[in-house]
Amino acid sequence: MLVIRCPYCEAERPEVEFAYGGEAHIARPADPSTLTDEQWKDHLFIRTNARGTHFERWRHVHGCGRFFNAVRDTVSDKFVTTYKAGLPRPTEAELEGMRK
Amino acid sequence: MLHEFHSPVGREIAVGKAIPLRIRTVDDCARFSLRFDPARLAEASKAFGLALPAKIGDVAASSGRLAVQLGPDEWHLLAPLAEQGGVERAFAELYSATPHSLVDVSHREVGIEVEGTAALLALRSAIAFDIEAMPAGMGCRTIFDKAQIVLVRETEERFRIEVWRSFADHVWGILQATSREIELDI
Repeated sequence: MLVIRCPYCEAERPEVEFAYGGEAHIARPADPSTLTDEQWKDHLFIRTNARGTHFERWRHVHGCGRFFNAVRDTVSDKFVTTYKAGLPRPTEAELEGMRK
Repeated sequence: MLHEFHSPVGREIAVGKAIPLRIRTVDDCARFSLRFDPARLAEASKAFGLALPAKIGDVAASSGRLAVQLGPDEWHLLAPLAEQGGVERAFAELYSATPHSLVDVSHREVGIEVEGTAALLALRSAIAFDIEAMPAGMGCRTIFDKAQIVLVRETEERFRIEVWRSFADHVWGILQATSREIELDI
């Protein structure tokens, strides 16, 4: 079982308390009506499907109930870091420091 | 009112004296789910008559009242049944100045107390996180087997589980089976 650190509870909690929320940092277009069908499809369905470092959302549904963002390696399943929703994504240099 | 219809109510699991473990349902009480602006917590503390904790996981308790912070703006409040009306009135007065949500969830949940030196062992059978690392006087929402509970560590060896009534039977059954295993030293 994965142990995930919730940035709101500031505690390590078991995976069963969490729900996965898909890729993070996907901004909804400000004015959807001006988008072509092609662009709207990309927004809705096209994801990076990264091999390696992946920015994703999780929800601590059976805990504090909050959504937050996490950086996970999709190959090793190791979490690099978790941070509160709304914060900018950590830079590659910052992540490198956390991996050590 | 509905408390007596919960199936585990009035029952008790007691394991032999060699391994003290006592599991019982606690007396009915008033329960509230409170959503409140954390920046104005002092107002809520005044209305409830108890300084509400300001950090997720912290518990405050005095004279039959208990408050545990579950989320950034969410608290679970317990109070004696006789004081339910008073608490509701105090928060109602606050409402016009400070919008919030106070929901009476008294009948939704059953309280189960797990006490004794083997309490940790019994709870570990169905709770995934490291309860041992949880200091006394802390509480959190978590998963017991498949059921969502609020777990409060009241003292080193006494835990309180607040579980939805429809899951209470399930939790009780697992505690019963675990107690039997502890008794037989399996």
